[in-house]
Amino acid sequence: MLERRHGTFFGPGSGRHMVFSSEKPEKPLETLKVLLSYIGRYRLSIFIVLLCIVGTSALSIISPYLIGKAVDVYIMPKNLTGFGRFVAMMFTIYLFNSLLLYVQSFTMADISQNLGFQLRKEMFDSIHCLPLGFLDKKQIGDIMSRVVNDTDTICMTVGTSITQFISGVIMLIGTVSMMIFLSPVLTMFSFILIPLMALITKIISSRTRNYFFQQQTKLGQVNGIIQENITGWKIVKVFGKEKDELEKFEKTNSQLRDCGIMAQQFSGILPPMINFLNNISFAIIGGIGGALTIKKIITIGTIVSFINYVRQFTRPVNELANQYNMIQAAIASAERVFEITEAEKEKEQQHHIQIKDIKGKVEFKNVWFSYEKGKYVLKNINFSVEPGQTVAIVGPTGVGKTTLVNLMTRMYEIDKGQILIDGIDIKNIKKTDLRKIIKVVLQDTYLFAETIKENIRYGKLDATDQQIINACKIANAENFIQYLPEKYETVLIDGGQSLSQGQRQLLSIARTILAEPKILVLDEATSNIDTKTEKDIQQSMLKLMEGKTCFVIAHRLNTIKNADIIFVMNEGEIIEKGTHKQLMENKGFYYHLYTSQFGEIAISNG
Amino acid sequence: MQKINRKDFRAFTGYLKPYYKLAILAPLFMVLEVIMDLMQPKLLSRIVDHGIMMGNMDLIIKTGFMMIIVAVIGMIGGIGCTIFSTIASQNFGHDLRKDMFKRILDFSPADIDRFTPSSLITRLTNDINQVQQLVLMSLRLLVRGPLLCIGGIVMAFIINFELSLIILVLIPLLLFIFFKITKKSFHLFSIVQQKIDRLNLVVRENLSGIRLIRIFNRQEYEKQRFYEANRNLATSLLQAINVVIKIGPIVMLIINAGILSILWFGGKMYLAQRIEIGEIMAFISYLLIIMMSLVMVSNFFIFISRAGASIERINEIFKIKQRREDIHYKEIEIKGNVEFRNVFFDYEKDKNEPLLKNICFSVEQGETVGIIGKTGSGKTTLLNLIVGLYTPLKGEVLIDNVPVKEISPEILRKNTGYVSQNVFLFSGTIREIIAWGKPDASDEEIKQAAKIAMMYDFILSLPDGFDTYIGEKGINLSGGQRQRLTIAAAIIKKPKILIFDDCTSSVDLLTEKNIFSNLKKIEKCTTFIVTPRIFSIMDADKIIVIEDGTIAGIGTHQELLETCRYYREVVESQTGEKINA
Repeated sequence: MLERRHGTFFGPGSGRHMVFSSEKPEKPLETLKVLLSYIGRYRLSIFIVLLCIVGTSALSIISPYLIGKAVDVYIMPKNLTGFGRFVAMMFTIYLFNSLLLYVQSFTMADISQNLGFQLRKEMFDSIHCLPLGFLDKKQIGDIMSRVVNDTDTICMTVGTSITQFISGVIMLIGTVSMMIFLSPVLTMFSFILIPLMALITKIISSRTRNYFFQQQTKLGQVNGIIQENITGWKIVKVFGKEKDELEKFEKTNSQLRDCGIMAQQFSGILPPMINFLNNISFAIIGGIGGALTIKKIITIGTIVSFINYVRQFTRPVNELANQYNMIQAAIASAERVFEITEAEKEKEQQHHIQIKDIKGKVEFKNVWFSYEKGKYVLKNINFSVEPGQTVAIVGPTGVGKTTLVNLMTRMYEIDKGQILIDGIDIKNIKKTDLRKIIKVVLQDTYLFAETIKENIRYGKLDATDQQIINACKIANAENFIQYLPEKYETVLIDGGQSLSQGQRQLLSIARTILAEPKILVLDEATSNIDTKTEKDIQQSMLKLMEGKTCFVIAHRLNTIKNADIIFVMNEGEIIEKGTHKQLMENKGFYYHLYTSQFGEIAISNG
Repeated sequence: MQKINRKDFRAFTGYLKPYYKLAILAPLFMVLEVIMDLMQPKLLSRIVDHGIMMGNMDLIIKTGFMMIIVAVIGMIGGIGCTIFSTIASQNFGHDLRKDMFKRILDFSPADIDRFTPSSLITRLTNDINQVQQLVLMSLRLLVRGPLLCIGGIVMAFIINFELSLIILVLIPLLLFIFFKITKKSFHLFSIVQQKIDRLNLVVRENLSGIRLIRIFNRQEYEKQRFYEANRNLATSLLQAINVVIKIGPIVMLIINAGILSILWFGGKMYLAQRIEIGEIMAFISYLLIIMMSLVMVSNFFIFISRAGASIERINEIFKIKQRREDIHYKEIEIKGNVEFRNVFFDYEKDKNEPLLKNICFSVEQGETVGIIGKTGSGKTTLLNLIVGLYTPLKGEVLIDNVPVKEISPEILRKNTGYVSQNVFLFSGTIREIIAWGKPDASDEEIKQAAKIAMMYDFILSLPDGFDTYIGEKGINLSGGQRQRLTIAAAIIKKPKILIFDDCTSSVDLLTEKNIFSNLKKIEKCTTFIVTPRIFSIMDADKIIVIEDGTIAGIGTHQELLETCRYYREVVESQTGEKINA
């Protein structure tokens, strides 16, 4: 009784369930590993960047030392011979430093944008390999958010954080080394507060990571609500539900704000604290360094160097803390991205049978199917259809008609039994080959924001314009297309909303006609077309259906009457099979269904 | 470069107004931090010149302690600023998002088409985030940067006038470079936003039409489409970033050159006993402070470029005039008489031949009206006019003799039920879905509605009955079941005007017939049924035949058989027999 239809979801309810019901990124280390493996693809560029980082760091470490030297050797003693040359040398060093920095940034930006490109591509490719069951459970808006927002976060972070992080570490080590070299005692006193700061940093950043993850999740949810409301605006308006939808949005919006506040407050506390460390160090250097200088243990130049080193020290520490937070956010986003890319893809059989000259015989042998384990939607379906036959499938709504035809194209995999085409189990046929010979015209037409011509060409990418026009003529779409201002070049707006439902259906049929399948499935394809137009198409449809095996799900009398066989379905099973005449004589389910619809007229017409 | 209007900016600051206390406190605390930061170099130079050089231990220790106290106060300032600025900016973003969403809900379909749904999504999420960040950074840096800079300059001047001249040369140089580069990047970043829109569009289409893509094996084609959008985005983003990264190295070089100049000239001046060592040290510190604050400000400007593009895009939404702002609505009690008086309509205002031409008919309350016509003849459009989604270009649509556009939307919504062609399934329990049209509906009313829509037995057969969850993680319904649920949701309001826009296409005739006959039993309700099936409307009080946007015939089934050729043809094609008029 249950059939799945792909529609957009929105409306009342206490909020959607995200796949991540936990609030922390679940496996940060694993995610980090995968992320690093992606980044590792750009080995050469990273090597260049590393070289630059080492270079700029080394130069930056030398610089304060040189300044100290300038004070001690030239200025203090009031001896300026050779000072000019010394200054010139320092300038050359600075120039080189800037150049290296530029190359570094440039290369890193390249890497990060390539990474972004790569991640988006892999997500998109994954979407097309994932089983429909997986995708059905996600909101469109949420996946869009992952492709755009989450990859952006990762990209931006990688672009800046990695270099900052590495150069920060090198600077840190180098700076401390130089300081110890200049004066171990002063170094020790300068760093008294470090352990305390480290502890505080740790506590803060773990809280930050969680909040960032929550923030990204909320952003995905907000995206989802927006997406649905914009797509379903008409229903919202007509039901006057603007206020309620606003309330629903408001709730998630507020949650987003609250997460954001917590995330940013925690991460924002760090810089002032680091600054504090900075200033305390200055105080200590001034105080204790001053005492040491008076005792002639160190020179003033050393103090100058130390001041500069401490300044240089706290900058990387500050940035490390910042970057740590950003990296947390990136990991949170990466986890959301990898959930899509690392998900189990649809498996393809190893050995495929090449199919040639398909005649179009279709058999179902003991087929059972369920969307959810155990709740069978189709039970023990058995039938055999000869090539070229037209089969009508009838039955009350929800009995499994659409599900049945979905299985033929392997949209979903069956639980038990076999489906055979020309005697070959479709599990052994490559899906792309299978879908070349079977075409389904759906009830939900789907058209893209491209020209009408391109939409029709979808049926056969290498079709000529003439072939497209022919297909439209057969489908009876040519008429209304000619009335459009740009005719075939008319660009359909986001989803083809500018055409009426019936016109969209005609385009969808034209598209299928172009594809020339061997097996055709019409899933209530003409349900939205008025009978007169449908009658006009009927002629061409019959011509199209000639020689092909056709499965037609329909409610319309004419369509059903002329079928070679009729399958009558109820509650997931085929309960009656036969021609119209046979079934009427049977006086069974079909008879009752038929007569209640068409009453006296029908019976008198036989 | 797109200029941001002063007016637009002011509109934005309006959102910050409710939080003005925070918006003032944040910078104030920042001022505290800045002042403390500016004092440090001075105190340090005092230690060197008056402490070390004079051998005064006492002074050294005292000044050292002062520096510690100053550091503590500075930290308090910094933390305070963070807390207040965060709260203010997040609330700002929240309010802005809410208002924008409200606006968009109010959009006419033409507006939504113009902006395209994907772009609207980008604006509501991406663009608002940018602006929110902008506010946050403003509250933190807008005070810190300039104050540090000016304070630093002042302190430098106080120490030594001549050396300060170096600074006066460097500052304009730095500023010139910032502005030149920023200007270029602004334009580039707005292109980036467009590319993001396009990417959003392609992803959205692929996700919605995934079944179609698989059936037609169009994965490769779609991947190519995506590849282009993806590549374009990466390229334009890289272009924009490359312009911006030039700033860092150049600034660094200028700063370092400044330090060298100070050493050089300072050294000379020390020789001439015109300056102290400690003062030279302090000078270097202040130079760094000034330069770094200029960097801070420049980064801020870069960010403005990216955010400026976003501001523009957000403003475009707010510029759309809200409809029906100043109409005085009539609060009438709707009975259900509907009249079309010489109505002309098209979605585009200046079309030569509008979609609907000279539609005239009148329907009395309680009548059942069938509407039949060719694909694209204007049936749905006609219905849209009845419920007031659009207004006629010429002529009037009247309900109980009042023009629809003058009726209060709330009353209109309450008393009309619309079941459309495109069935959007809600997510929620069945109970919630049916009660969507009337949240205060009683269980009895819900059951009643389900019965009329022929869903009652099916719902009872489910393990959780009315509490069964539909949608993600819940059960899934067939097309016909969804349509019937939608019908139940419309019926529960007990509307005076009920519209069915070909929404029983997936429902078999038997069920459909039962639904309509059930409907007749409930209170007098004017019902419009658009359907291609003659059998559904054969017993209607009136049937309206629409051909090419005009009325080809009105009457009962029998009357039309005699008078309307088109109608005859349709009946023939559906019953399969010739009718002799």
